[in-house]
Amino acid sequence: MSPRFSCRLAKLLGITPIPPDFLDKRLIFVTGKGGVGKTTVAVALGLRAAEEGKRTIVCEVSSQENASRFFEHTEVGFHEVEMEENLWSISIDPDESMREYVLLQLKVRAMRDLLFRSRIFNYLAAATPGLKELVTIGKIWELAQLDRKVKSGRKYDLVIVDAPATGHGIGFLQTPRTFAAIARVGPIHSQAQQLNRLIVDHEHTGTAIVALPEEMPVNESAALESELRSEVGVAVDRVYMNGLYPERFSAEEAARLGELAGGENGAVRAAARAAVSEHGRARSQRAQLARLRRRVEAPVKTLPFLFEPELDVEAARRLARRLG
Amino acid sequence: MPAVDELLAGKDICICAGSGGVGKTTTSAAIAAGMAARGLRVCVLTIDPAKRLADSLGLRELGNEATRVDPALFERHGIEMKGELWAMMLDAKATFDELVARQAPDEESRDRVLNNRIYQQISNALAGSQEYMAMEKLFELHTEGRFDLLVLDTPPSRDALDFLDAPKRLTQFIEGRSLRVFMKPTGLAARVAGRGATVALGVLKRIVGFDLLADLAEFFNAFSGMVDGFQARAKRVNSLLADPHTCFLVVCGPQGEPIDEAVYFHRKLVEAKLPFGGVIVNKVHYPAERLRGDGADLEATLTEKLGEEDLAKRVAENFADYQALAERDARNIEHLAAELRTKATIRVPYLDEDVHDLGGLAEINRYLFASSEQREAIAAGRA
Repeated sequence: MSPRFSCRLAKLLGITPIPPDFLDKRLIFVTGKGGVGKTTVAVALGLRAAEEGKRTIVCEVSSQENASRFFEHTEVGFHEVEMEENLWSISIDPDESMREYVLLQLKVRAMRDLLFRSRIFNYLAAATPGLKELVTIGKIWELAQLDRKVKSGRKYDLVIVDAPATGHGIGFLQTPRTFAAIARVGPIHSQAQQLNRLIVDHEHTGTAIVALPEEMPVNESAALESELRSEVGVAVDRVYMNGLYPERFSAEEAARLGELAGGENGAVRAAARAAVSEHGRARSQRAQLARLRRRVEAPVKTLPFLFEPELDVEAARRLARRLG
Repeated sequence: MPAVDELLAGKDICICAGSGGVGKTTTSAAIAAGMAARGLRVCVLTIDPAKRLADSLGLRELGNEATRVDPALFERHGIEMKGELWAMMLDAKATFDELVARQAPDEESRDRVLNNRIYQQISNALAGSQEYMAMEKLFELHTEGRFDLLVLDTPPSRDALDFLDAPKRLTQFIEGRSLRVFMKPTGLAARVAGRGATVALGVLKRIVGFDLLADLAEFFNAFSGMVDGFQARAKRVNSLLADPHTCFLVVCGPQGEPIDEAVYFHRKLVEAKLPFGGVIVNKVHYPAERLRGDGADLEATLTEKLGEEDLAKRVAENFADYQALAERDARNIEHLAAELRTKATIRVPYLDEDVHDLGGLAEINRYLFASSEQREAIAAGRA
């Protein structure tokens, strides 16, 4: 019986199915369209896992330090920095990853120096298409190893990646396979294959797609899920519908408030209009949520819109409690 | 606060830049439609627009060629179309193939690149290729001179600056031809490359593998006849971007992160000596005027008007939440305007409806093309 079918069957029978715990995986990529809150969800997942006692690291891959900003921490750079108990963060820089890779491959210092200084190496490093993505995934793989390659590397139970936005995201996860195909034989071929095996390993690796309750993000999330499944071959475990407004008013109340707004001035009018707007948005969001549920296979979980002016670690912690 | 048509007066090119998820595609389409309605022949180059937006513009079949948007569609939405609106969706792979065909000295070199295994695997995923190809298409259309104004929706990218580096990166990549010299260091090449290079190559072969290195050399070599052409073109693309007839508009959202990115992006534009025109902030929560500090009173008044305490409480809470966001937005935009030292900060309110059709674009254009007085009046009326 397929998991989807058994899930439907369980729904029909009125049983809440208990999915195997998503956070028990070793590697989770958080992906989605730009601006949907990927970093927030990645941090919230990290907090949740850390609270459950899992040693967790949240990785950023675009040399932006959005995750460390959540913790009001100074930039972490290419270092595994502890944010709170059981939770670390790193910003994976491709140039540093490349350096580290070479250091691990070449034990003789003179040879490394020679290579780093040579024009040919620097050309190749800068010009070979996709190499940055490949070494970035290589570093993610290294972090996810129980037997770390890096000297005195910490063992993590869970590695969470704040992945690049849709479009770039698919290409990013496909890089190892592309390289394995290009290289045919040799060390890069076997290493790229090893990376790809990790990505398509449904037992240990998964993805979470973050969506927003609007037309475009719902369309893109559905397209993204199908590409992740069919083209990348990675497991899609969750779709998080982020930023869902509360349903504060019934249709009947909204109608009354609309009438009130018409006959008033000042604050009463403004407040009534704000309520009517909120009702309209909450309703259209529910319609988008229903569309998303119809169009994706993975379980859809909702996350509330947070009315905080700026999101901080406490806001992420509140979201963490709602994650499942 | 100038309107978009004032910012774009006398410009040939408008580039909408910003990080992902801030409404760049919608803004680009709205600007193009608005300028076309005012009598210009406009083409909007977009990448992967929302399906419904594409449908509403009649763009279902759109490819790598400009297609005219049916003027009747605008009339149906009560918009008078004095000019012409054209649109195209960028296909990075096709543009790259065309570029190779154009730059290749002969058919044989062209086919060597197009048939190269590595080229086929990566020409789509090539780092920066989408960005570079967007610039390339822009340059091509500008050279043809068919349009009064070109509006470019820059590719979705986490780092909005990718496209600024794209020509440089692509040139770097084709300069990999020098790899060939290193692969076979004989005669003069050996003397130029020196012994160090030979040893370095040996080390490299060990960690990369000889076969892959040879394939890469072949790949770079296939491009070798085109290097000068590519470089010359990249230079011309760059000077077009810096031309005073080009205008960069930064698009962002009102939250802290997109505002910071807009500030960063503006700084990079200034550093690169590129012509910055203004900033458009989308989805702004407008504050209702003169309403601060009367929360308790409001709830009491609402209870009286509605005759229902619970509902009044919820209405007041909702309003307070909304006002907090509006105050944040106002603060952030003030910070943005101060950082950018610009008066050209155009705010588009957070509309009740999600924008994905011509009606929505027209609604946005009420703000983009309104004079500052009109904008304030509209905002006050809505709040």
